This record gives sequence, structure tokens and C-alpha cells, in this order.
Amino acid sequence: MARQRPSAVVRSRATPYLFILPAFLVYAAFSLYPLVRAAQFSLFEWPGFGPSTFVGLQNYIDLASDPDFRAAIGNALVLILFYAALPLVIGLVLAAIFRRGQVRGMGFFRSVIFLPQVIALVVVAVAWRNIYAPNGPLNQALRAVGLDELARGWLGDPGAALPAVGFIGTWLEMGLVMLLLLAGMSRIPDDLFEAARLDGAGPVQEFFAITLPSVRGEIVVALVLTIIAALKTFDLVYLTTSGGPGNATTVPSYEVYYRAFQLREVGSASAVAIVLTLLVFAINVLVTRIGERAS
Amino acid sequence: MRVSSAERTMNYVVLGVFALFALIPILTILATAVSPQNGQAPGLHLANFVEAWQVGGFGRSMGNSLIVAAIVVTSAVALSVLAGYAFGTMRFAGSTVLFYVFLLGLMIPTEATVIPLFFDLRTVGLTDTYAAIALPQIAQSVAFGTFWLRAQFRSMPVSLLEAAAIDGAGPMRTLLRIVAPASVPALTTLVVLVFMWTWNEFLIALVMAPGGTLRTAPLGLANFQGQYTAELALLSAGAVIVALPMVIMFLFLQRHFIRGMLEGAVK
Repeated sequence: MARQRPSAVVRSRATPYLFILPAFLVYAAFSLYPLVRAAQFSLFEWPGFGPSTFVGLQNYIDLASDPDFRAAIGNALVLILFYAALPLVIGLVLAAIFRRGQVRGMGFFRSVIFLPQVIALVVVAVAWRNIYAPNGPLNQALRAVGLDELARGWLGDPGAALPAVGFIGTWLEMGLVMLLLLAGMSRIPDDLFEAARLDGAGPVQEFFAITLPSVRGEIVVALVLTIIAALKTFDLVYLTTSGGPGNATTVPSYEVYYRAFQLREVGSASAVAIVLTLLVFAINVLVTRIGERAS
Repeated sequence: MRVSSAERTMNYVVLGVFALFALIPILTILATAVSPQNGQAPGLHLANFVEAWQVGGFGRSMGNSLIVAAIVVTSAVALSVLAGYAFGTMRFAGSTVLFYVFLLGLMIPTEATVIPLFFDLRTVGLTDTYAAIALPQIAQSVAFGTFWLRAQFRSMPVSLLEAAAIDGAGPMRTLLRIVAPASVPALTTLVVLVFMWTWNEFLIALVMAPGGTLRTAPLGLANFQGQYTAELALLSAGAVIVALPMVIMFLFLQRHFIRGMLEGAVK
């Protein structure tokens, strides 16, 4: 191994590094280095201009008792239900249907349910703000069936705003989760299902005995992606509720933006950003570990 | 596989319900986009698109988006091809560690890097430039592209490289003549994904160009929403304009969208 050439067409040992260098430079300068700078910023108090004051870990200590930050973490946990748990259940049902039965027009259903994933979140926000508006289609539908008490300005109502934003997440993520699981399920050999059916297994038994255990890996991937999407849901929150009413729909990524560019508390914003990054890393490691142990 | 007709009916009901759920917001916005503005006669108002295009300045913002996307897609794909080629076909010291460093980039949230990027680029006078909007997105896409193409290039038979060596080809010629042409599907998928991410990107475009002269399409729409919340028909028409390029691309290149987003996710 020691004296091997890098590849059949490469003689010089420097060549691989030269090929990687341009990509590495851009990536390091505009992704890695800013992350290090964010960690550095988080140790200072700074309004975005003029002199800054070193405060050590004070920004992090303050976060622990900061009601808006705590609300953001709490809201993110609720959003995980809508972004990750609900799409997982829906995705499992839909993928199992596709795998089990011969569905005519499968391509059509698949594309339609996946479509929300490719639409810019600004457009998604415009569409759903309209649906949730006080005189929007949702309230009209509720009134039409006599459920007038339920009608409300969904995004302006302190109790309803967070589930309303979360529900958009369910709408967004269900198609991605469905396709991920379907990819896993299509690797299950047909004879397994046929054997189960010969043994008299119904659709539900078959699902729990064969389908579910064989897509553990895909479930893990789907959860990592959707949980992170819930934590990072900046665009939607910014464009539908601006974190309100009060702090009812704020999330860590919105807090980062709001603190840095509205409150001009760059140090505190950076501390939130670092916490968010650590959360994202931790979820990746944790969910993947759990998935490995389960299989 | 056979299923009972009762189960099959049930399956279609469930699929129909969720397909409808996925479509309703899209159909609602389409219907609103052609609905009469306040005080107009009922009927189909296709002129809303023209008016939204002009009032919302979408010619300009979509042009900006195209320029940014062109810069990001060409740079990110070119850099990823080079790096992915090295990781996928060459043996060298530190390759595993270096590759993990690139993988880290898949997890770094934009929210964490955008603050220092803004303040540091402002210091050197680069905010409100195409570079400020494009470079952070190139960095993110390079992390993914390197990972994506490494897998593709690794799966190529070693005999291809050996044949090239016998012909006396160097590394660059082998890449351009043999490796890249054999990887067109994977490259297309990468182009489609990076284009979509760039077209839809919001936070970077919002923060890095505060002056408003380089608004991309999503920013243009957000700005339009700020000004025209009362005129829902026009706002919806604007939203349809911004979404349309992606939706059309999806209809034609669906395979690439789905393949990229699925295989890219399963790392």
C-alpha cells in the first residue's frame, strides 16, 4: 500500500490533493470558517457595528433563562411531531399501499404527493396564509358545515398558530418520507409477502411482520431529515407568523435571524446558532445510533 | 400480487385523500391567481399574471435568480467533479478524514454560518453582490456534490481507468473523456438538485443582499407580499410565477429529482 500510485492514471502523489483543493478552499472559506467565526462571535456582546465586549459564556448562560429561547426549543419539539412523526405514519401507510397492491396510476399519486417538496417555501407560505386567513377557504369550509366555533384567524391565534404552521410541515414532508420508505420496501423480495399470505397473514399482520422491520434504515434517514427540517424551519415561520403571536411560533433558526438582524444582539444570535448546530449534529448521531442498535 | 377488491377500494380512497391534501393548496393558489381583484367583474382573469409580473418586478428578480443559479450550478458542479474524482478513484493519505470533513458540510445549518458571513463580507464590501449570494451556496452544494459524485465514481469499473492508462491518458483527460461522460445521469441529477436548492433559497438571499437591488425571485415575492397583502389575486399570481419554473422542471425531470433526493438522503 505504501508505495502504491494513487490510481492507474495518476502518478504523482500530489495529484489527488490538487483535485480536491479548489472545492476544499471554497467549502472551508464559506462554510467551515464561518462556523468557527459564529462560535467566536457567541463569546462577545456586539450590536453589529463598533466595538465588542468579551463576555465568555455569558450569552449561553443567559439563554438558559431566556423565555423566547425556551419557547423556541419547546415549539421546535412540537413541530417535530408535525414534521417528523405525522409524515412518518402517513408515509408508512402510503408506501405500504404502493408496495402491496397493484395501484393503477401509481406514478400520478407518487408525483402529486411529492410535489410540495419542490415548491419554494415563499410560495408555500403565500398559499397557506391564504388558506388560514380569517375569511379564507378553511374557515369558509368550517362555516359551511356548521362548525362556526372552530373558525378563527389560524395564524394569529396563540393556541392555533403553532399547529397551523406544523401542519404545513406535514404537508411538505409526507411525500419525501413516503418515497424514502417506498425505496426501502421495494427491496423486500416478493416471495416474503407470498409466503406470509400463504400462511394467511392479512395486510396489517403483513405490515408489522415483514414491511416495518425491513425499512428500519429508511425510517432512521427519514427521521433525521424531517427532525432537522423542523428545527430549521426559518422560511415558513418568517413568512407566515414572524414567530408570533408573541413567541408562540418562534423556532431556533428564527431566533438566530431575529436576534442578529432585528434586535442587533449578534453575540446572543450566534450562541443560538451554535446551540442549533450542536442539536443538528446530536440528532444525526443519536438517531443513527438508535437505528443501528435496533437492527 | 393479488389483493382483495375491498382492500383495493380502500387503498384508492386513502391515496385519493392524500393526493387531494397535497393538491388543495396548489389548486387554491392557482384559482386565486386567476380570480378577480377587488372590485373586478367575476370570471377568469389571466391578466393578473401580466400585472403581477410588471408590478412585482419579477422580470428582474427572476433574472437575478437565474444568474445566481447559473453561477452556483456551474461552480459547484465543476468543483465537485474534481473533488469527487479524487475521492472516488484515487488512493491517498488522509482521504477518509478529508472526506468526513466534507460530510460535515451536509450538517452545518445555514443559520449558523449566515451571521458571520454577512458581517465579514460587509467588512470587505462584498454584501449586495452576486458573489455574496452565490459563494455560501456553492460551499454547501460542493459538500453534497463531492459526496454524491464520490459514490458515483467509485462504482465505476477499475478496468476503465486501466484502459485509459494503457492509452497513455493523464488524470484530467481520463476524467473529461471517460469518467465524466459515463456519469451523465448522476451529473444531471446533481445539476437539477443544486438548481432547485439555489432557486428556492431564501435565508442567504435575504441576509446577504440587504440593499434590495439583487433580490432573487423568492425575495421578490416576499417583498411583493409585504406591499400587496390586500390584493390576494395579484400576490397569488406572483407566487405561481415564482413556483412555475421548478414545477415544470419537476414534471420533465422527475426521475432526477426523486433519485437525487432519495439517494442523496441515504448516506
